[in-house]
Parts: sequence; C-alpha cells; structure tokens
Amino acid sequence: MNKLPLIIKREFKARVRNRTFVVMTFVSPLIFVGMIMLIAFLSNLNKGDQKVVAVYDENDRFYVFLEETDEVRYIDLSNIELEDAKNTVRESEYYALLYIPRDSLEKRLAGKIEFFVDETPNASILNKIERAIGNELTNQQLIESGVDLSKIESSQTNVDLIIETFSGEKTSKLSGYIKMGFGAAAGYLLFMFIIIYGNMVMRSVIEEKTNRIIEIIISSVKPVQLMMGKVLGTSLAGLTQFAIWAILILILLFVSSAVLGIDIQGQSPQQQVVEEAIAQSKIELVFADIARLPLTTLFITFFIYFFCGFFLYSSIYAAIGAAVDNETDTQQFMLPVLIPLILGIYVGFFSVVENPHGTVSTIFSFIPLTSPVVMLMRIPFGVALWEILLSISILIITIFGVVWFAAKIYRVGILMYGKKPSYKELYKWLKY
Amino acid sequence: MSNLLVARDVCKTYGNYTALNNLSLEIPKGSIFGLLGPNGAGKTTFIRIINQITMPDKGSITFNGEALQQKHIAHIGYLPEERGLYKSMKVGEQALYLAQLKGLSKLEAKRKLNEWFERLEICDWWNKKIQELSKGMAQKVQFIVTVLHEPSLLIFDEPFSGFDPVNANLIKDEILALRDKGATIVFSTHRMESVEELCDNIALIHQSNKILDGELSQIKRNFKSNTFELGIEAQDKEYFNEQLAANYEVEPAYFKSIYDDVKLQVKLKEHQSTNQLLNEVSSRGRINHFKEVIPSVNDIFIQSVTNHE
Repeated sequence: MNKLPLIIKREFKARVRNRTFVVMTFVSPLIFVGMIMLIAFLSNLNKGDQKVVAVYDENDRFYVFLEETDEVRYIDLSNIELEDAKNTVRESEYYALLYIPRDSLEKRLAGKIEFFVDETPNASILNKIERAIGNELTNQQLIESGVDLSKIESSQTNVDLIIETFSGEKTSKLSGYIKMGFGAAAGYLLFMFIIIYGNMVMRSVIEEKTNRIIEIIISSVKPVQLMMGKVLGTSLAGLTQFAIWAILILILLFVSSAVLGIDIQGQSPQQQVVEEAIAQSKIELVFADIARLPLTTLFITFFIYFFCGFFLYSSIYAAIGAAVDNETDTQQFMLPVLIPLILGIYVGFFSVVENPHGTVSTIFSFIPLTSPVVMLMRIPFGVALWEILLSISILIITIFGVVWFAAKIYRVGILMYGKKPSYKELYKWLKY
Repeated sequence: MSNLLVARDVCKTYGNYTALNNLSLEIPKGSIFGLLGPNGAGKTTFIRIINQITMPDKGSITFNGEALQQKHIAHIGYLPEERGLYKSMKVGEQALYLAQLKGLSKLEAKRKLNEWFERLEICDWWNKKIQELSKGMAQKVQFIVTVLHEPSLLIFDEPFSGFDPVNANLIKDEILALRDKGATIVFSTHRMESVEELCDNIALIHQSNKILDGELSQIKRNFKSNTFELGIEAQDKEYFNEQLAANYEVEPAYFKSIYDDVKLQVKLKEHQSTNQLLNEVSSRGRINHFKEVIPSVNDIFIQSVTNHE
C-alpha cells in the first residue's frame, strides 16, 4: 500500500494549522497594505511642514523668481540691514537665510551667493534655489548678448521615440521595466519561498527527531517516503498560501481600483481630459506589453522552477535537519545553502537586468542551484525553448542526485543523537 | 514449537564500530523472549534490523519462514525505548495516522482505537493534544498505537519505564493477554525482575556478541550450583561448624527467619544428594527452612557479563 498520500496529508495539515502559517497568510498582506498606507500618511504629514527661507537680496531682483512649494516658502528681508535680517531669522526660527550680495556682473555674482543654515541643508531646497537663480542669471546674459528669449522658448522641442518591433508591434518605453518587474518578482518570490518553507521542512525534521517519534514512523514507512511526504506536503502548504495571497491581492486590487476610479472622476476638470487620453493610450501600451510577455511560458515555467527549486533545496534542508539535534547546530550548514540562493538573486538583479542574454546570466541559468531563480528572471525577456528545456533537464537530473544524497544523510541522521556532526561525519554517513 | 523469527549470522558495522557480530537467534512462536544485555551491547541495533529501519551488512533473517521483507512491517509492532509522539497533534488523530501507516484502513483503525480507548478508560483523551498529557498518559497512547494492528510480533523496549506501579501492572496484564492470544513478544529491558516474571526464553548480548541464550528454566538449571539453604533449630551448634563442614561445603547463610535458627548454605558435591543431607541433619533439630538456591536472572546476567570480560 502506498503511504505517501497519508504522510503528505499529515504534513500539509500540520503546516496549515500552525499558528504562524495562519498569521503569515492573512496578517502579512494586511501588514503590507498597512505599511504602504503608513508611508503615504507620513509623507503627507511631512508636506505640512513647510520651511521658511528668508531672502536678503542686495540686487532686489531674484525674490520674484523663487517659487513657493509645499516644501518651502520665501520671505523678503532685503529692506533691513543684513545683521538684523540674520537676527530675525534666528528669532523667528526660520529655516535659513539666502544672502545675495550686490554685483553687476552675473558670472561673478554666481560664485558669491551664500546660504546660512544651522542644520544640514536640504538638498532639494538647495537645488530649487540654485536652479531659480541660475535660470535668471542665464536669461539675463542671453538678453544682454541680444538673444530673443521668446524665440528660444518657442523653438524648444521634446523628442518622444515611438518604439516598435520589426514585426510592427508598438511597445511602451516601460517594456524593459515591466519585464524586469515580472522576472524579479518571480525570482524573488521563489527565493523567499525556499528560505521560509525550506526552514519549515528542516524544523519539522528536527521536531520529529527531538520528539523521538521518528523511530515509530520509520518502523512503518521508509525514511525516504517520510522525507518526500514532508517536502511535498510542505510545498503544497506553500502553494496554498500563494493561492490565498493571489485571491486577496485580486480582491484588494478590485476594491482599490473601484475606490480610485471614483476619485479620478470626481476631480477631472475639462482640461485634464486630453492629458488623460494620452495617459490612457500609454496605459494601453503597457497592458499590451504585459499581454505580449510570454505569459503562458512564464506561468508554466514558474510552476516547474518553483517546484523543482523547492524540491532541490528542501531535500537539502531535510538532510540538515536530520543531521543535527537542535536548531542552533544548523548554522554551520546553512551557509552553503544560502550562498547559491543569494548568488542567484544577485546575478538576477545585476546581470540579468543589465543584459538578460549575456554570458553570466546564461551560465547561471543553467547551474542547477541558481537556475530556478536566474532563469525565472530571464524568461520575461524571451528565452529560447531549448535553453529552458536544457536548464530544466539539468535541474531534474541534479534533483535526483541531491535527493539520493540527502536521503542517505537523512536515513542515518534521524537515528543519531548527541553527535554534533561535522562534514567529515556526514561523509562517513554516506557510506553506511 | 516452531520459530517466528530466526536470525542467522547477522552482522552490522558502523564505520569501524561493530554493533553486531554474527548474531544468531531463534524466537519461538507465542513466547515472551527477553533480549538482555548491558548498555551499548547491540540490542537496539538488532531490534532496528528486525524493524527494517537498518539493514544488516551480512546474514539473514526469516519471519514466519519467509525472508524478512517490507510486507512484514504490518505484522510487527514496535515500542521504542525513546518514545514520543507529535506534541501538537490530537491524540485520536495521531493514533489514527500511525495506525494507517501500519496499513490499517481508517474505519478499521477507528473501530479498534475506540475499543482500546474504552478498555484502558481513556476515551475522553481523544481530542486532547499530546502536550496536555502527562508522560505516563502519553505512554499509554503509545502502547495502544503499538499493539493496535494486532501484530504477530511485538517488540517492547523498556515498556514499563514511566509508568506508575498500577499502570505498569495494567500494561503487564495486557502484554500477557496478547501473548495468550498468540502474539510473540520480544522484550528488552534492564529490569531483571520483569524478565524473571515474564520471559520464557532469553538471549544475552554483550559487546556485539551473543553470550547466552535459550529457555530461561534450562539456563537456570545450567547455572545452579547444587547449593541449598538450611535453617534448623538446634542446640548443638558445634556439630554444624565441624562435622557437617567436613563432609559438605558449608558457609553461613543470611536469610530471614522467625525462629532462632542455625542458618547455613550447603553446597553438595557430585555424588551427594539432598536426601542424604536431610537424613544427616534431621536428627539434630527441627528443620524450618530448606530451599535450593536458584540463580536469579540478575545473578546470571552479572556472572555471564563479568566472566566474559
């Protein structure tokens, strides 16, 4: 009789009923949304905090060009003495004093303007001031050399490249970012999944070992069966969690877009209609881009790599769990597991984004320990079928090897107590 | 009587360490078989080999006449010394799971579990988690799980540890009842009085080798030294110390008596018989105590192990 389904069922139930699972599944999306709202709220709060910059301009010409924003407003103190102005700033707790000395020569003046401030000056305020004064000085010089400013303005032209493939499909400029986004999301999700759920597998093996129930179970089933059941049951629990998240996100999107939709209609005056139409067509292009992604391939390969990647890593996690007596002893074995994972993420975020079909990206999308993450990131950019098939084949062959290897360590390890295992010890176990 | 389990030249090594060295054993059907030995002798390794948790490097094991194989798992029940259950799983659910792993259908397992729970009066534990139970209570659940699938071979490793005397007795009675129903029981323990009380056959393993095995009564016959304890109410104490000592090996004995007895331990020589001895001393006073000194399992254990070193 096949006992594997029984084990899978138990492991699945044990994971899903766990309090952390429930919390993670239902609370973490709420926390996520809450964080976003909190950030939005805090940055709104910041807006109310408008800074005051006093301007002391001996030339009496720049104040009008300094535009008030949410961040900063200006007060003209040019009509009193400089020392008095400084005192006023200090007494009224203004943010800073902008001192522009008298100079008729624009080039010279540009290097003499001072900004008195006690705190570390805010870079964006500095930028605004520099740009405003700089513009005015430039314009003045242009006028002095006989240039008609209105002509400059009217001849200013913006270029917007229309991006099109050779087969005639228009794409938005965002296309690259969209692909990157999809790939990064898939790769990162897998990365997190392996770490979180791999740890669960490991903890559950340690639990069985410290509970001493292991001997009873393996007197009924083969250790390999137990290990497989554990890995499969846990990955099913993980997929369940993803399914729940996907549904929650869909609901959230639906609700939020409904709310936002009303918002947009409420505040759209006549003049915005044109802009909106342009925005609309851009959004359509973005959607067309998404639709043109190899979605089916993406979806199928996502599941294959997801499953294979998890299977590969969690067998290693299971073997580690079997080799140790408690969680603190796992540290020495975690590094070799984490290094390829992190390497995969790094290669993904730096190399794939830069050049999805470059040598580094290609090689790492074949190496089995990094291929699930790296290949998932490459796929949105379009990868030849043979590359995907080759990568998956290498991965599956490796899985067989690693599972065999892990099962051996697991089989010996679950019955070993009190030994703090070294790599040398593990090597000996392989020969038992 | 045929044998349920026969081991032939079973060897097992872990790296350089030999856990079992050419172990051969026969476990008769329907008997209670005591597997004895000092710590680290190799008992657990042998039990694990029977359970097919580990495979022997060499040698063969037959179960009911067939080579031991995967399907026999369903006919073996094993209560390990280090026992445990999933702490956060409910008692009933857990027992069902473990029973199903042994090959029972869910329905059958449930029916049998209910029977056992009623019998041991623990029905109200069904929905409790193991972590809410005391150690002894958890042991009871574990015992039920071990015997639930009515195995023909039961292996108990220290079955009484953790039980109070009342429950230990309850479990002992259950074990005897299972034997009477035809189960064969392998019993590994360091509690010699339980061996004395329960076992029909024993095997003694020491440093990976079997140093003794057979029917317990036969072993005892082999180990006895024709020594008798004698308690006699007599005036002439000199006689016992001198004349009797000339004919027999006499030593003072220490046993409890309500009389003011001369207490002796007398060892007979080859040609001497008990009747001869009794004839000789009966005229000297009233005999209140006469008993053959039969070695206890404890004595046999210690003697064999120390002789072997």
